[in-house]
Amino acid sequence: MTDTILKMKGIKKVFPGVVALSGVDLELEKGQVLALLGENGAGKSTLMKILSGSYKPDGGEIFIKGKKVEIKNVNDAKELGISIIYQELSLCPNLTVAENIYAFQEPTRFGLIDDRKMISMTQALFDELEIDIDPKAVVKDLSISNQQMVEIAKALSTKPDIIIMDEPTSALSSKETEKLFKIISKYKSEGTAMVYISHRMEEIFAITDIIMVLRDGQYIGTVETALTTSEELIKMMVGREMDQVYPHKDFSYTKDEKLFEIKNYTKNKFFYDINLYVRPGEILGLYGLMGSGRTEIAKGIFGILKKDSGEMCLHGKPVKVNDPYSAIENNIAFVTEDRKHEGLVLTAGVYENITMANLSSLLTKFRLLDTQKEINITEKQIDDLRIKTPSFKQTVNKLSGGNQQKIVLAKWFETEPEVLILDEPTRGIDVGAKYEIYKLMIDLARKGVGIIIISSDLPEILNVSDRLLVINKKRIIAELDPKSTTQEEIMTHIIGRGDQFGQAKQSDKE
Amino acid sequence: MDKLSNLIKNRKIAKSYNGVFLALIGLIILFSFLSPHFLQTNNLLTILAQVSIIAILAYGMTFVLMIGEIDLSVGSIVALCGIVLGVMLSSGQSAFVSIVIVLVVGALAGLLNGMISAKFRIPTFIVTVATMGIFRGIGYAITDARPIQIDNPFILYLGNGKIFDLIPVPVVIVLLLLIIAHVVLSKTKFGRQAKIVGGNRVAAEYVGINIKRLQMKIFMITGLAAAVSSILLSARLYSAQPNVAVGYELDAIAATVLGGTSLSGGYGTVIGTFIGALIMGVINNGMNLIGMPYFYQQIVKGLIIIIAVYIDVRNKERLLAK
Repeated sequence: MTDTILKMKGIKKVFPGVVALSGVDLELEKGQVLALLGENGAGKSTLMKILSGSYKPDGGEIFIKGKKVEIKNVNDAKELGISIIYQELSLCPNLTVAENIYAFQEPTRFGLIDDRKMISMTQALFDELEIDIDPKAVVKDLSISNQQMVEIAKALSTKPDIIIMDEPTSALSSKETEKLFKIISKYKSEGTAMVYISHRMEEIFAITDIIMVLRDGQYIGTVETALTTSEELIKMMVGREMDQVYPHKDFSYTKDEKLFEIKNYTKNKFFYDINLYVRPGEILGLYGLMGSGRTEIAKGIFGILKKDSGEMCLHGKPVKVNDPYSAIENNIAFVTEDRKHEGLVLTAGVYENITMANLSSLLTKFRLLDTQKEINITEKQIDDLRIKTPSFKQTVNKLSGGNQQKIVLAKWFETEPEVLILDEPTRGIDVGAKYEIYKLMIDLARKGVGIIIISSDLPEILNVSDRLLVINKKRIIAELDPKSTTQEEIMTHIIGRGDQFGQAKQSDKE
Repeated sequence: MDKLSNLIKNRKIAKSYNGVFLALIGLIILFSFLSPHFLQTNNLLTILAQVSIIAILAYGMTFVLMIGEIDLSVGSIVALCGIVLGVMLSSGQSAFVSIVIVLVVGALAGLLNGMISAKFRIPTFIVTVATMGIFRGIGYAITDARPIQIDNPFILYLGNGKIFDLIPVPVVIVLLLLIIAHVVLSKTKFGRQAKIVGGNRVAAEYVGINIKRLQMKIFMITGLAAAVSSILLSARLYSAQPNVAVGYELDAIAATVLGGTSLSGGYGTVIGTFIGALIMGVINNGMNLIGMPYFYQQIVKGLIIIIAVYIDVRNKERLLAK
């Protein structure tokens, strides 16, 4: 037991109105990778924020290398050898890569920052990690996945004994994810202990040694990764048997006609020659990697990005959509990828978020908002979508990711769309809420709504869509039948045969 | 139990002016001990009449701050509109026609602010600093820097008259506008859209809100508010002068922020703003009554603004804390 590097005992944390953690234990050995698993709101991030000094626990003890410690702030954690990689990027976009990595620990010469040394230190770190990014580049010019790699390198630059990774791969392409896994196994063999938070089961099975499950702030159990199955884990997380991750859709469309179609949609530098259609009740999947142009296509359809050329038809009749307003007028709805920045007003209440796309329906004959009607609509959506909130007035920033996403869905459901576009609707959401969101999609399809779902989660897109388009380098490169195709076939389409790396690299830069 | 405590918390956020209201009561109690004249009906009505000009400006400012913008030109619009009123009346126009023209000029001045910012994508801070000089400059140019006497009885009645020989007319106007502004901000689609735009511009755009048009309308509202203020101010001064209302924009912003409206947009109430204006009025009046020298009054006002902004920052942090 001399190998135990970290021990957390009986950790408690109470937020006003919520018990976030009620006496959680955690033990980590040198060179061990522990997966922390649980639904959103289970307390994973809270536990890690206590360990990294962002939060103060309301009870419990922490031992590092057998010594009792008190972690009062982020600096204490750093000194104790704890480093954290955040889910949301914490880099300064206007500084260079090197300046970000050595922020607050810059090498100095005569009291001034030694730029040259800082850059060579960064280069040395990148060489060691096999990361190919220019230390002198300004962070905001990097792709999101490269920014995430910088974030990771920054966490490793302090040579920590314990590394916490909170959903590190949610912004990474598959190539970079592999690189990260290599880095993890290298540090592991050098004796670094790691806590890995992720919703992606494949990753957890690929790189972790043990898995600890939390539910509603309580410790549920720890299992060895090699001896468990994803079914068992889901059961532990959800607290009930989940026979399937994806609900069954027993029809592929309700009417064999083109409900919505775009022809030759082009927006220079964003997407080229996009042709697609969706039938009533059909779920059309768009699969593409980050930077492939998938989100831009959706923004083009919704009028956020103004197209250069192309036509749009609804029910076979041409329509003009130049901005979100005309898109909504034509019964198109768009659930954006980034719910916090594009979908929600975090400081406003649940009801204000749910009705914001459809305020006109609330007007009385005196042109005032009908408050009672608004409350009724909100309460109904809260019931229908099973949104967990203390009240309809609750500001949405206090709700979990899954519930926030349901509020965004409710907002668009209120507009009674005929065409619903969803961009990564289940990212960062736990299994239980995912299942509910898929079910809501199917219920809507049953009513004849045409659904376009964009996802970079291959198992998801294969299981929920009736038809699948593959996007790469701003174009549609293949149409596949999700029932018969495989993940390998899709990736082959994207990477191409032969010079895999050359192409992958190119698409990364674009 | 959890549900209950959350509900209480929600009510607090919804009625963020509860705290300011308590502060107002506290100040009233304080000054009523310090000066025997303070708590007399006449004095209280005087305070209301005195704050009416700033309060009306602050109603408009509430809308602007709500969408996360700022308008520093309202003081100058007050001066310009006053001049227009004086010119109209002295050229023989009726009070009614003059008032309509003044309101149109105020609205156009506001619209100009909103349009320049929207069309040329210049921050409203910069635009209104610029028009602050332009509007006042036009006022000076029209009058050659000379005051114009106002003697129209109806206009004078609006600023100085009393209903039932007791309630000053400006008090009635400020309360009437309070109700209108409150309803527009909290009960109309327009007001709700302002709140959404202030809370999250991108989300607002994606639900089809025309942000530029909304912003222009809101700057028109501040312009209109300034026009109304200018009529009351000219009447109280019995003249129109290009050098009046200097710094009123800052008093209006202070009253608005004191009342719980966020400087960065997204939340706020007109009722809170009114209470904020009252607090400033009470402090002014109270300090005068106890004979505090003018310079010290300036210092106290400065401190109040700092406290108000500190409260805003702290509220925001608490609201956004997970």
